Amino acid sequence: MKPVLSGVLAALIAATAIPARAQAKLNVITTTEDLAAIGREVGGDRVSIEAIARGYQDPHFVEAKPSFILKLQRADLLVVVGRELEIGWLPPLIQQSRNARIQPGASGYLDASLQARILEMPQGQVTRAMGDVHPLGNPHYWLDPENGKIVGRAIATKLGEMRPADKPFFEQRSADFAARLDGALGRWSSVMAPYKGMKVVTYHRSYPNFAERFGLEVIGYVEPRPGIPPTPQHTLDLIGEMKREKVKLVLVEPYFDLKTPNAIGRETGARVLVLPPSVGGVKDITDYFKLFDYDINLLVGAIKQAGGR
Amino acid sequence: MLVFRRVWTRLVLAGALVAPLPSTVGAQSLPESAAAGTRRAAADTQDPAQAIKGEIDELKKDFNARLAALESRLAALEGGAKAQPQSPTPPAAAEVPAGAAGAGGPAGSLPVYGGATAGSKIFNPDIAVLGNFLGAAGSNHVRPLPALQMAESEASFQAVVDPYARADFFLSFGEQGVDLEEGYITFPTLPGGLLMKVGKQRAAFGKVNTMHSHVLPWADRPLTTENLMNGEDGLSDAGISVARLIPNPWLFLEGTGQVFRGDSGSLFHSSERSDLSYVGHLRAYQDITESTNLDLGASYSHGHNASGVVDGVDVGRYTTDLYGLDATLRWRPLQRSIYHSFVGRTEVIWSRRQQPNGLQVASGVYASGDYQFARRWFAGVRLDRPDRATDDALHDQAQSLVLTYWPSEFSQIRGQYRRTTYAEGVIANEVLFQFQFAIGAHGAHPF
Repeated sequence: MKPVLSGVLAALIAATAIPARAQAKLNVITTTEDLAAIGREVGGDRVSIEAIARGYQDPHFVEAKPSFILKLQRADLLVVVGRELEIGWLPPLIQQSRNARIQPGASGYLDASLQARILEMPQGQVTRAMGDVHPLGNPHYWLDPENGKIVGRAIATKLGEMRPADKPFFEQRSADFAARLDGALGRWSSVMAPYKGMKVVTYHRSYPNFAERFGLEVIGYVEPRPGIPPTPQHTLDLIGEMKREKVKLVLVEPYFDLKTPNAIGRETGARVLVLPPSVGGVKDITDYFKLFDYDINLLVGAIKQAGGR
Repeated sequence: MLVFRRVWTRLVLAGALVAPLPSTVGAQSLPESAAAGTRRAAADTQDPAQAIKGEIDELKKDFNARLAALESRLAALEGGAKAQPQSPTPPAAAEVPAGAAGAGGPAGSLPVYGGATAGSKIFNPDIAVLGNFLGAAGSNHVRPLPALQMAESEASFQAVVDPYARADFFLSFGEQGVDLEEGYITFPTLPGGLLMKVGKQRAAFGKVNTMHSHVLPWADRPLTTENLMNGEDGLSDAGISVARLIPNPWLFLEGTGQVFRGDSGSLFHSSERSDLSYVGHLRAYQDITESTNLDLGASYSHGHNASGVVDGVDVGRYTTDLYGLDATLRWRPLQRSIYHSFVGRTEVIWSRRQQPNGLQVASGVYASGDYQFARRWFAGVRLDRPDRATDDALHDQAQSLVLTYWPSEFSQIRGQYRRTTYAEGVIANEVLFQFQFAIGAHGAHPF
């Protein structure tokens, strides 16, 4: 009996022993590909990063598939967009992950939005009459490179806490990422500068940070309210508004149906542009820099074609 | 502190505005214009001004006293970090019951925690209420439904208990009474990769038994589970559930073991403390493509039934064994996930029920398909072929067509045509219609 007991004990100790994995790469899971892309910039080859949602998928409506539970079970760190973007699918996944490290409040849970600049914080009473409104502000904040820097720094700090030996490595990479972003941001801003104040319409409220950073003015949405599909009356009102304001661009996320935007485009002569809001939104967008490269290139091309200026 | 100062400034300003008012009121009785009256009132009348000044002083004194009281209360709330100018209120305390010290417990008084947060809503659970209104038309003489009913109002309360657990309560208000549909604590991070749930819960037998009625793609429950698994309520009991992921390199595999008291409506009946019922469930899941996946399950349950109970004494000691297989195929294209999806599902249930008249070996199967053809529209079909658990010679059949419209994620309107052929030879043609709506912060649904 005794040898059996000690054997079981030894097996248990071996199973729970963490030092064996101390030298292995940190296993990071992010909810979106944008966070994964930023995490790769600062984590380099000392972390392995995987995202749950694909970039061409609506991040509000991800299915809580059991295969994601397996990913979370092995994660050392979970990075989430926050602001209730993932409220519809992430909580049951975390709960079923059996992973104490990544439970909300634990050291392996990082809400990337905490330091970021968040727009559209609702004022006053929030009700569902406003549609699927996010009570903690607009969660699409990663579309501002300044926020990208902030998120990069937050992830680097967290990685440094988890691997103190690699702290300088992560910090150096974070600083390098920020410097490269600064450079790129200068380039992007100068490309967009001639079109400052350009009026656009977007499908969902996915681009407020992008619009603010690059000087676009969003005057309306194809959705009458967040998360509510277009209605004929709202579409007619929007067409009228677009004609008055001479709006030449309708920006649509890759996961929305193009029927209504195309109808609006035909009525108003505006160009309908599928503008990926995330890394992985199309094949070419493989990292955080390419996201802005691609989107700005697409925008400028469309504005020129539409005879914007 | 800043707030109080601001209030003080405002009050002084307000006082300054209000101060000339009585004099203007007095001036109105004069024949001159109001403007002239004001000027005159400001110029001469010494006595009223004196009186007002006195009043302001009075107000000031009163305000200062109140401010000091409020400040001291604030300081007390902040944990008494700041010096308290007023006599400090003694900290709330509870007497340790006599004898506790002798038993090794603490002596003296214990601090009472939570005082500062008692008035706060921060730690309130997420609360939601789901309404389920069900109407029926047509005829059914075997199992009639009321023409119109508020079939269920489900109130849910969900929150994290502490760093180790969360709790979920689902109270189901029918038109007659209240029932605890589920109420359990979950320990998600036990050692050994175990997920433990303790409380009243729907048993992990098959697929549809675990679902609340508002997440079903139909207005009713399948006739198969109705016949073989205790109707609407299903297999649901107070007990302990432990689930573990079974590591393997190929697929998601989860084993669940549950022990219940052994009371579950018409299905299980516990006459003695040892008459527990048991549920075992094995679930396998695999992504086929990023849009398509397959979910398979096998279930077993065992417990005592009520058929041997005579005058409250279980003389027969009869038991029931249930076996189940379930398969679900899901398809949802990632890039158009909010517009199109398909769920195909089937469950087979075998029931071996010992009865005074012999062993009844009944079985049942249902198969259903639900296709989302537009963002707000779902169409579905369901076929049922169950025996009756208490008489395996009786075979029922049912076919349903379902159409569902979702105004938003939080409400849905559903119509269902249901044709049931009962073993008695009765055919029931019915149209069910259902309104479902949710308010509050309802949590995510299980996959």
